[in-house]
Amino acid sequence: MHSNPHSIRTPAARVRGLGSARSGTHHFWMTRVTGMANVVLTLAFVMIVLMLAKADYAGALKIVGHPLAAIPLLLFVGSAAIHMRLGMQVIIEDYVHSEGAKVALLMLNTFFAVAIGLASAYAILKIGFAS
Amino acid sequence: MAEFNLPKNSRLTEGKTWPKPEGARNIREFRIYRWDPDGESNPRMDTYFVDLDDCGPMILDAILWIKNKVDPTLTFRRSCREGICGSCAMNIDGTNTLACTKGMDEVSGVVKIYPLPHMPVVKDLVPDLTRFYAQHASIEPWLKTDTPAPQKEWRQSPEDREHLDGLYECILCACCSTSCPSYWWNGDRYLGPAALLQAYRWLIDSRDEATGERLDNLEDPFRLYRCHTIMNCSNACPKGLNPAKAIAEIKKMMVARQV
Repeated sequence: MHSNPHSIRTPAARVRGLGSARSGTHHFWMTRVTGMANVVLTLAFVMIVLMLAKADYAGALKIVGHPLAAIPLLLFVGSAAIHMRLGMQVIIEDYVHSEGAKVALLMLNTFFAVAIGLASAYAILKIGFAS
Repeated sequence: MAEFNLPKNSRLTEGKTWPKPEGARNIREFRIYRWDPDGESNPRMDTYFVDLDDCGPMILDAILWIKNKVDPTLTFRRSCREGICGSCAMNIDGTNTLACTKGMDEVSGVVKIYPLPHMPVVKDLVPDLTRFYAQHASIEPWLKTDTPAPQKEWRQSPEDREHLDGLYECILCACCSTSCPSYWWNGDRYLGPAALLQAYRWLIDSRDEATGERLDNLEDPFRLYRCHTIMNCSNACPKGLNPAKAIAEIKKMMVARQV
């Protein structure tokens, strides 16, 4: 709820607004947890991609299908998708001030992160269970 | 969306160039933001020339010289002229600071002065700080206790008292909050670095008994968590305090009571 600067409400009423949401710490903490996880998982991801670059198609399927590659890849997809959703949420809240557009974008942001995450996970699992 | 352009009637125009002081040999050029609420005209940048041989060394000395000798309509706040009242906070040479503690020798070339950024302007260099003060009041900056007041004073160990150093010195000049982009975009919901530094000052006061209640009131995606550690606040603070660190400490307290 953005207060109108020309309102005749008292400054205290405007500052107090709807009160404290009593939340935000979980978001803050999860951003840090997934951020830390991404440091390690991105390294694993890059190493796997470098291995894939050297392999032919059959070899690539074999690498991704191996549990030692598939599990870090799945973890990376999950952690990155959550981190991406949290980060984009903050950007939308920072800059989009019209209530309707903000709510719509926050929903789309969640849908996008879930869709990308699930699609990536599905691809990895499909290769993994096929091999 | 956040507004990145000023409204049409707030855009700066070129203002008046005032005559150079006669016979002066040591002259400094000042470009100062002017806006008069009585009238329809846009804000303008006026150019003044200050005779340095007739003027003190600080920026405040220069704008007082201009007000006294060139243009009495130039409007700004000032009081203590020694960095303790916080009245003369303004944007000088691109940084929010106190005109009274900023030396002219610290600025190279033309001295450009604007009011504190992204606040409503009352006149010239005077911003409207009503909301800023209401935000400070909202963190309830006083000792809160349930224990009946002792016969003498509330006691505090020297070590606990040391935790207040770097916090109690804040003079509420608003340099930090008005330098913060998060405060520019969401100042109606984000409390800003000054109010949060003050909040932390009471959160870590060993005598206070309302720590949990204070944290409850701050735990909010906007009130506290709009801080993205941009650090403009700590760069701007003319008292050398570190609001960004105080905010980080509040976030640590929030996590500590959950983890």
